[in-house]
Amino acid sequence: MASASYLTSAFVYAPESCRLSQTLQTQRRCTRKSGPARILASIDLKPPPYALNALEPHMSKETLEYHWGKHHRGYVNNLNKQIEGTELDEMSLESIISASYNKGDILPAFNNAAQVWNHEFFWESMKPGGGGKPSGELLELINRDFGSFEGLIHEFKLAATNQFGSGWAWLIYKEHKLDVPNARNPRPSEEDKKLVVVKSPNAINPLVWEYHPLLTLDVWEHAYYLDYENRRTDYISTFLNKLVSWETVSSRLEAAKVLVAEREREMEEIDAIDDMDTIEPDDADMYFGGDADDFPEDEEEE
Amino acid sequence: MALRALANSKTLGRLYHHHHHHHTRGLQTFTLPDLSYDYGELEPAISGEIMQLHHQKHHQTYVTNYNKALEQLDDAIAKGDASTAVKLHSAINFNGGGHVNHSIFWKNLAPIREGGGEPPHGALGWAIDQHFGNMEKLIAKMNAEGAAFQGSGWVWLAVDKELKRLVVETTANQDPLVTKGASLVPLVGIDVWEHAYYLQYKNVRPDYLKNIWKVINWKYASEVYEKECP
Repeated sequence: MASASYLTSAFVYAPESCRLSQTLQTQRRCTRKSGPARILASIDLKPPPYALNALEPHMSKETLEYHWGKHHRGYVNNLNKQIEGTELDEMSLESIISASYNKGDILPAFNNAAQVWNHEFFWESMKPGGGGKPSGELLELINRDFGSFEGLIHEFKLAATNQFGSGWAWLIYKEHKLDVPNARNPRPSEEDKKLVVVKSPNAINPLVWEYHPLLTLDVWEHAYYLDYENRRTDYISTFLNKLVSWETVSSRLEAAKVLVAEREREMEEIDAIDDMDTIEPDDADMYFGGDADDFPEDEEEE
Repeated sequence: MALRALANSKTLGRLYHHHHHHHTRGLQTFTLPDLSYDYGELEPAISGEIMQLHHQKHHQTYVTNYNKALEQLDDAIAKGDASTAVKLHSAINFNGGGHVNHSIFWKNLAPIREGGGEPPHGALGWAIDQHFGNMEKLIAKMNAEGAAFQGSGWVWLAVDKELKRLVVETTANQDPLVTKGASLVPLVGIDVWEHAYYLQYKNVRPDYLKNIWKVINWKYASEVYEKECP
């Protein structure tokens, strides 16, 4: 369940077809659309991968009942109402987010769509008996990019604390990508791809910045008020110490790296074809061919 | 030359030390205003539990952090540290705005037995009827905007003191109302941050909005209105 239960961040490149079938989410949408019949697939309210009381005492059943059962459910229902009968109705959630983000000129469906995605991602970022430390490649990159695990924790706590008003704190995997469509990073290296902590307001998530989200913490007040009242810092500490699922973060990192590698391979293929196209024999003659006889004779100097 | 320099630096040192004392004494610090009613007196519209947390924790934190940011700003300016001064702007806006907005909010509320919920007579009542049709329509408009507002913020009834007109506006986070118009003066502000209602109303913000009108202090709003539109 764990490996399939996250969402990749590939929405900008994810076609409507089933080419990227790694995630349960895209699989679910794909199977609905398979075959000649066009089946309208509305967005689902996906339950957390644990019972609503499974995160106690750190996050109460009551909180889950409201947070998942009312807030998250509300976003799903409102989104489905909004997209019904529109072109968004047959798209994957990630595509709806991309389309409604509209390069920053945000359209009405964005808020609900992004919040559905954010909450699914949040539930799956936690597990009963969570906390502890990451390991393997994730820990290596954390040490490389934050100096130490404690360094990551410190930055994450700062981001979550200082997100003023409603929003989210994130650990993301960031590629080095140029914004220009027909340019390439001339020497991509592993060092370019970094782990970064970011924060976002309200419904905004790092997908719209073309980052690969790995972990999130909801810091809207409804996420912690019943259990912690105004004490957001206690909530943040407890999340990190007792709830975060580093295994899920590792899986997400793995998937992000696969995606990035695939894209780089695609770009290389495209570049190779481009290079081939420019070397045409006829063109070469135009610039490099010809004999001395083709040029007018020099006048002899007397 | 060296002696004079030495003397100067000593003098400067003494001056700075002296200046430093004046410096901290001169800096205004803000304090949490008292409510003119007990925490429980707005029940059942707003629970005493919420009022106490809202005042003693949330508003107090804004005041504390506002003072801290201002002290740091003062320090940065004294040192000529423009970069730090600029970085502090958001902390000042957040926390200063929070202090300003909540100070207005406590005056916008009153227990029923002290006139809370009693609609305005006089100039403001007339202006509301003129501009919105009647009180019910104004309330419906503010509740609709308050309920639809995404994230944390406020919904306001304001008077535009230049145009002498009533307006309904929303602001995000703790942005003060003037960010929506320099001539806007707040008459009634309703906090729609989740901390303002969650313990009692949970996710059902519309119920909070429906009930808060029972404790809105129209006397205060009228005073402000009549001052701007005599």
